Amino acid sequence: MAFRERLQAWRYNTIPDHLIGEILTKRWTDNAIPFIALVITVAAFGSAIPGFFRPYSLQESTRQLGEFSLVVTGLSVVMLGGGIDLSVGSIFALATFASVGTFFIFEAPVWVCLLAAIATGVVCGAINGYLIGFLRLRAFLTTLVTFIIGRALFDILVVQYGAATQMSFMSSDLWDFIGDGTLFGFSVPVLTAIVFALITHIALTRSRPGWHVQAVGGSRRSAHNAGIRVRRTVFMTYVFSGFCAGVSGFLMATRLSSAGPGTGHGLEILALTAAVVGGNSLGGGRGSVVKGIMGAIIVLVMTNGLIRLGFGTGTNQMVLGIMLALAVTIDIRWLKNRHKVLNEVYVAPVYLKMGKSESAEPGSGSAYSLNNKLSSAQHIGLGELEGPEDVILDRDDHLYCGTRHGEIIRYFAPDYKRSEVFAHVGGFPLGLAFDKDQNLITCVGAMGLYKISPDREVTRLSAETRRSLTSIVDDARMRDPNDLDIAPDGKIYFTDSTKRYDAHEWMLDSIENRGTGRLLVYDPKDGSTKTLLDGYRYTNGVCMAHDGQSLYFSESWRSRIHRYWIAGPKAGTVECVIKDMPGYTDNINRASDGTYWMAWLGMRTPSFDLSLRHPDMRKRMTRRLPQDDWLFPNINTGGIVKFDDSGTIIQTMGDLTGQNHPMVTSMREHKGKLFIGGILNNRIGLFDIEGADPNWTGMTSYWGEKA
Amino acid sequence: MSFIKNLNQESIVLAITVVMFALASLLLPGFFSANNLVAIVRSVSVLGILALGMAMIIIGRGIDLSMVAIMAMSVACYLQMLNSGMGEGSALVLALAGVLAIGLINGVLVAYADVPAIFVTLASSSFVFGFVRSQLINTDAVPVPSGHWVEILGGMRFMSIPVEVFLFAGLALATFLFLRYSKWGRYVYYAGDNPEAARNSGMPVRPMMVLRYVISALIAFIAGILTASSLHSINTRIVNSNLLYDIVLITVIGGIGLSGGKGGVRNVLFGAALIGIMLNAMTIIDIPLLYQNLIKAGILLGAIIVDGILNPRDEQTAQQGDI
Repeated sequence: MAFRERLQAWRYNTIPDHLIGEILTKRWTDNAIPFIALVITVAAFGSAIPGFFRPYSLQESTRQLGEFSLVVTGLSVVMLGGGIDLSVGSIFALATFASVGTFFIFEAPVWVCLLAAIATGVVCGAINGYLIGFLRLRAFLTTLVTFIIGRALFDILVVQYGAATQMSFMSSDLWDFIGDGTLFGFSVPVLTAIVFALITHIALTRSRPGWHVQAVGGSRRSAHNAGIRVRRTVFMTYVFSGFCAGVSGFLMATRLSSAGPGTGHGLEILALTAAVVGGNSLGGGRGSVVKGIMGAIIVLVMTNGLIRLGFGTGTNQMVLGIMLALAVTIDIRWLKNRHKVLNEVYVAPVYLKMGKSESAEPGSGSAYSLNNKLSSAQHIGLGELEGPEDVILDRDDHLYCGTRHGEIIRYFAPDYKRSEVFAHVGGFPLGLAFDKDQNLITCVGAMGLYKISPDREVTRLSAETRRSLTSIVDDARMRDPNDLDIAPDGKIYFTDSTKRYDAHEWMLDSIENRGTGRLLVYDPKDGSTKTLLDGYRYTNGVCMAHDGQSLYFSESWRSRIHRYWIAGPKAGTVECVIKDMPGYTDNINRASDGTYWMAWLGMRTPSFDLSLRHPDMRKRMTRRLPQDDWLFPNINTGGIVKFDDSGTIIQTMGDLTGQNHPMVTSMREHKGKLFIGGILNNRIGLFDIEGADPNWTGMTSYWGEKA
Repeated sequence: MSFIKNLNQESIVLAITVVMFALASLLLPGFFSANNLVAIVRSVSVLGILALGMAMIIIGRGIDLSMVAIMAMSVACYLQMLNSGMGEGSALVLALAGVLAIGLINGVLVAYADVPAIFVTLASSSFVFGFVRSQLINTDAVPVPSGHWVEILGGMRFMSIPVEVFLFAGLALATFLFLRYSKWGRYVYYAGDNPEAARNSGMPVRPMMVLRYVISALIAFIAGILTASSLHSINTRIVNSNLLYDIVLITVIGGIGLSGGKGGVRNVLFGAALIGIMLNAMTIIDIPLLYQNLIKAGILLGAIIVDGILNPRDEQTAQQGDI
């Protein structure tokens, strides 16, 4: 091996750069930038300001933080629903005045003051909500105007009644406690903010109204078309925001016991900056309470810190302006380019040197040498079918296959001219198998393992396995369940071809060539799913050996067949039975003479084998070339191979014309005939096998004669 | 019926203006006098000039919330440089360079980074105010140096009408000619009506957008100079006042739809006339400033509601992120 090649093998097989792509697919990466900003801000100001972390200092700043976070929580919900609320500043001020006025002028009990503040907030929020939700005005301008109106009202009120609130001697222990006291070391505003944040978070992520808010923000049109009451949902977000501002205003009132011209001044731009800096997306759909609170801490630490460091008038506005512009720009650019970045880095090819194979060329004399037998196959359902990946026959000789449209089609014996939709599954059914009770079990691409009973009832058996601790991408989910077979004891063994790509992206997986395929087992007794084997390059077909003690499974991108023992002395071990085939291995099924049929979905080519030794080239290819120009496995020629338990190749068949069966993904022997499926084909082939047992069927081979 | 059908916001505003003018002339003593009328026109000149810039931006489907900040802070900066003894030429060049830079930043962020105009200009407004106030000047108000041309400009009269009225008229005419008769002026409407289509048909939508924000910044600077000339100083606290909303009020109430592509200089003139008369009348009746703010904001809300009803949006046509 040349040094260069060794270096490449080392570089691409040991440095885990596929993790970058996997991390980028995570939603939590959205939080990474604000979180880093948060840490930097707190660290910078904490070290610049002496006594920043001293309890008393923290106590005072957290009181303000509690009030501020409340407002930002409300604003975050509005933004998540696709709107914006600039009037929070004036609602806050009005609510503060409402509580101060009720307490000092009317000398009402504290709970009445709270109610007054909440009522003020809710009414203002409802006005905003009505204008924006029901009259469909532009959120930004409308709340800007209601902000001015609110502010003007507040200024008038302060001028008229400000003095009266100052003259009162009203006092209350509860009022002072809320404003000044602590509970378990936390001030009331902080506790309130935490409780609100928790409730809001749970409501947003785990309740119907919360989902509606997210749906409306994510896509207003789709939400409308899905029957969500968009207008009412938008209305409610503003009411909630007003409510939060109201409660926050009440807390402020108890803390300062007065309302003056400075109350809530500039709060709207502070809150807006906080919400955006935290990573809440403008235009809705992406955001959370946590983001809002992170932003609140960043903004408040920064503005308070600047004041305490003694910077002059205007510095705050300057910094806020820069932060807002920066955060909004990053948000927009990130949203726009994230998927581009992801496309750029997700495919991370690895190095593989494929073993040299025997020739499959016609007339080469090797066991693999292709012939033209399959071109004489008759066809079933020509032009009616799209993508019969696997085919199977029941005890009454009816023929079943899956289609690209998410259906299982049944062709009626004896001539297979008539067909019906046997069941609608909703995903692309790939592998098929009958269990003892003639339930049809199928691996549905990107969905999981499903059971269809003889009376067509579709049940999901399994869609997830145990999550492994070290995987970044969610490997509990089945992304590409491919083929299955059923052991005599009823356990269902099946493959999940890749963890990193969806079923339709199999060509990306072939280019990347990373071993992430698995063999799984589903136990119908307790409904559990376990991962048996992991790390294969695209596990594909599964077939129970005739002895019932072991199973064969194929590893497509390495052109291998493995044998896994489920019982007997070697139980739990795996061995490679056939290496370095000239074709990419696919489904395996039993043959009547005690051997096995196996499909080649395509043939290896020297060029692609070479490219597997050049991961850098494949990486450049996926980044710089359009998909049409990519080099990937040749799937224009396939074939069928017959092998026995010793791994000896008995027979090879192909279609050299490429007209009937260029690629083959499965074949099923039944009463002396071979039924041939292909995932990219538009027909099922019917081929007479010379010298086959004319009475042999898969059902009897697996489950014996009908009871 | 055809009369009601033909009723649009522009004619309603015109009718209200006329009625208001008539009522004020009849009921308010001293309203219908030459001096007061000149005062009305003068008072709306600066607002009107700012509204011209705003109108051009709004027609192109944008908004510029940084106009007042640019207006006050650029002039404050300019006067500060003069007061500290810098030469006339270099001070003017520096101030203009700053104005151009902010206009460019606004424009580039809106046009090329696709950030909503409303956020860009809100942020730049805050930044411009904060930066100039904290770094470049040290008092809220900056006086005009005595004998400077800005001071002289404020005292200039032509046929006993203050010079800013002529400036307003001249700028209005220039904007009118630009929007109506120049190719790029027509493009503003197309870009405002349907930016995608305009871009697909080959119009330089993005450079034009940058240009509009630069022009609006320059207009703000002119308005600032006029403000300083009539008051002999510039008070930076004006940034925190409701002046910005008066500008939006004039454009929206004049009938320039916020969704872009509609309206023209005539709408600005009508809007300015209505607001000018209203403000003047309220001052004569002696309504306190706080209540004036409330009334103006209420009217603006009404105008936005009417705008929303005349140019409705629904779940099917509203664009995602169009807030």
